[in-house]
Amino acid sequence: MQGITCKLLVIGAGPGGYVCAIRAGQLGIDTVVVEARKPGGTCLNIGCIPSKALIHAAEEFAKVARFAADDSPLGISVAKPKLELSKTMNWKEGIVGRLSSGVSGLLKKAGVKVVEGWARFRDGKTIEVATETGPQVIQAEHVVIATGSDAIELPVLPFGGPVISSTEALSLAEVPPRLVVVGAGYIGLELGTAFAKMGAGVTIIEAQHRVLPQYDAELTRPIAARLREIGVTVHTGAQAKGLSPDGDALMIGTSDGQTMALPADKVLITVGRKPATKGWGLDAIDLDMDGPFIRIDNQCRTSMRGVYAIGDVTGEPMLAHRASAQGEMVAEIISGARRAWDKVCIPAVCFTDPEIVSAGLTPEGAKAAGFEIKTGLCPFRANGRALTLEDEAGFIRLVARADNHLLLGVQGVGVDIAELSATFSVALEMGARLEDIAVTIHAHPTLSEALQEAAFRALGHPSNT
Amino acid sequence: MAEHVIRLPDVGEGVAEAELVEWHVKIGDLVRADATLAAVMTDKATVEIPSPISGEIVWLGAEVGDVVAVGSDLVRLRAPGDGKTPTAIGEQTSPQDAPAAEGTEPTLTPEPRMAGSEKRAEASPVSNTSRPAPTASRQQFLHGPPRPEGEKPIAAPAVRLRAREAGVDLRQVPGTGPAGRITHEDLDAFFSQGPTSARTPILRARTSVEAIKVTGLRRRVAEKMALSSSRIPHITYVEEVDVTGLEALREALNSRERKAQPRLTLLPFLMRAMVRAIEDQPKLNSVFDDVERVIHQHAGVNIGIATQTPAGLMVPVVRNVEALDVWGCAAEIARLAEAARAGTATREELSGSTITITSLGAMGGLVTTPIINHPEVAIIGVNKMMMRPVWDGSAFIPRKMMNLSSSFDHRVVDGWDAAMFVQRIKALLETPALIFIEG
Repeated sequence: MQGITCKLLVIGAGPGGYVCAIRAGQLGIDTVVVEARKPGGTCLNIGCIPSKALIHAAEEFAKVARFAADDSPLGISVAKPKLELSKTMNWKEGIVGRLSSGVSGLLKKAGVKVVEGWARFRDGKTIEVATETGPQVIQAEHVVIATGSDAIELPVLPFGGPVISSTEALSLAEVPPRLVVVGAGYIGLELGTAFAKMGAGVTIIEAQHRVLPQYDAELTRPIAARLREIGVTVHTGAQAKGLSPDGDALMIGTSDGQTMALPADKVLITVGRKPATKGWGLDAIDLDMDGPFIRIDNQCRTSMRGVYAIGDVTGEPMLAHRASAQGEMVAEIISGARRAWDKVCIPAVCFTDPEIVSAGLTPEGAKAAGFEIKTGLCPFRANGRALTLEDEAGFIRLVARADNHLLLGVQGVGVDIAELSATFSVALEMGARLEDIAVTIHAHPTLSEALQEAAFRALGHPSNT
Repeated sequence: MAEHVIRLPDVGEGVAEAELVEWHVKIGDLVRADATLAAVMTDKATVEIPSPISGEIVWLGAEVGDVVAVGSDLVRLRAPGDGKTPTAIGEQTSPQDAPAAEGTEPTLTPEPRMAGSEKRAEASPVSNTSRPAPTASRQQFLHGPPRPEGEKPIAAPAVRLRAREAGVDLRQVPGTGPAGRITHEDLDAFFSQGPTSARTPILRARTSVEAIKVTGLRRRVAEKMALSSSRIPHITYVEEVDVTGLEALREALNSRERKAQPRLTLLPFLMRAMVRAIEDQPKLNSVFDDVERVIHQHAGVNIGIATQTPAGLMVPVVRNVEALDVWGCAAEIARLAEAARAGTATREELSGSTITITSLGAMGGLVTTPIINHPEVAIIGVNKMMMRPVWDGSAFIPRKMMNLSSSFDHRVVDGWDAAMFVQRIKALLETPALIFIEG
């Protein structure tokens, strides 16, 4: 057994870990990254990327299905479409494979050594990796914990049999005729919507009183409406009780105290994710915790000198781009640069139908932070481009300080709005005021005009009413 | 609305002009009767000019530093009321006496008063509401409004990164952009000012020059010093004096319980010693008129005591020291120093010296080169007293030693005479009993 010593060891090659390792390699830091599975982490392999592939396929299929129903105002009609999910899955795997090998290539190009295996801390500077060829000990000056998160399991519905997590849902060989989704967070809604569009009979249950309870009601209303349109049944205020005795239905307690059986071929559990703090020897180094998460400061330092933590294991929001930004920052800090976390916003996107973007403070959040605010909202039904896309649901809403019009937040819900998230983030990071948005020429006809119009409305002079 | 002219009144016997040292009002101010308009300085006294009537200041006749002749127009003031006749306020007539006939100018005479000698009229300018509130200065605009405490600084990511790398805390950088946004230019400005960041102290050269007008007492001192230094060839003679015995005596006298007894400093003893030395060399107690080439040798010893006041250097004079004992000297020094500092010393108390002492006490240093108080011929400078080791022939012993640095007008005082004078003072101070023994 040969030991390795390096300056930086990164545990986990997800969007936090691999970005950190690549940046460190570019900066000339002698770096090793340990990953038990394929590079890319949850995001690339079993999360963001495969789910978006599936959502796209489902959307395409639903579009053709509408044409086939002779229902299209566009005058397009086609023969009844057919979906071979296994082929879809192959295509999806192709994308994941390309991206994963892309990450491997980038790591190699940056001179980062990848060790495949499960890492475990011996002490704060020594990690033992269980590899295929036996244990490997790595000693490092700096260690970055980027172990990510796992899907939360419900005690009454342990994974196995018909009970699946998002990982299995993204690899189903066939569309389940009856799918029950437990949890109406963004993952449950994204996958539930996709399977509904692919022909599954989908029922979603949510313990709270509306879908996407972490977003404000104004933003989630178009989502709830679209779910109804595509035939998804939603039970809010409902509790999953367990499978029926013969395993072909989910027993739930409804909001009015009744027990109901929801027939199900598959039960998808999407009740959230928990930080991956088990199985890699956290107890050996005894870091300070922040609830279930590892406590970090504004430079991602843990309570142990030389040990950093980034990504989902450090807390909300559990988003790939947050992890990447942290990873890049930590690599630069280790290289000796002065860096600290000073982001104004971490945009969040739900690839629901329609899509949601939230960047910065919501009106409620801004008020809670003590700001007097002005808001401006432009619905997409006033936007030409939205009409030509056959989807006028949703709006863009701006939140700004009442005194100096500094933008505090931008939220939007609407078709393809995820692509506008960058303009929201840039505006917030640059410290834009309502006037900056209002006087910037926004190309016509695009969805982005709704942003400009929302700014005009917040300033009290709407240009088209 | 009648307009009145206020002229510079007679501010002292034989004074034909005075220097304007301070305006208490500006154009547009509303003043009440008896409010102070200006301060002027004659020889060495400052005189305040009160307003004889109430009204609005419409014109000021001089700038600070100007020398104004008595009787010339100082202020024009518009008085409220129905007076259709323009009135001038000047010379020696009072409004009651002035005939209201057309063409004649009723005048008012302000009653000049010694600066500080009475309570100043409360809030001389009543208000200046007729003037617009001052707008934010350009400087303020450039620096942006101050960021409220605890507010997060707003800056683009590139600005934040640049600040971070330079070790600058953006909370300390004023932002001039919209909503107080910190721009790259703001950072440049902050860097060029020299940040106050403790982590990276940057030393910067300062290039500004401030023009400070030399006026009033400062101008008088400057002129006097230039005159003395350019006209008088100084000879400075320094000698050390053992004041151990004198200090013991002084301490003994001060420790005696006596009511209303002024605390004795070294100066009364020095003054008395000078009187004794002058008895031997009367020509050092002289005023030299070098234009007429006449030395006025005074019988009375009037000693000027150079005194630092808030306004600058002043020299109050203790008159006829030959007729005062040490207690009398001490009392007179205390009284005059207080008057000089308070600005209430009279012209008589500030002139007429025949010889001068300059002493900075504990700040006296080892040696000074005193400038003679023109037109006198001698000045005695007192340096700091300190314990020094002195060789007594067999051992070093600690003695309280003090230097005297004295300057003489070499045109009329030879080096020999200067040395004799100082040696005589030294001998008297080292054996202080001699000061008090006649003959």
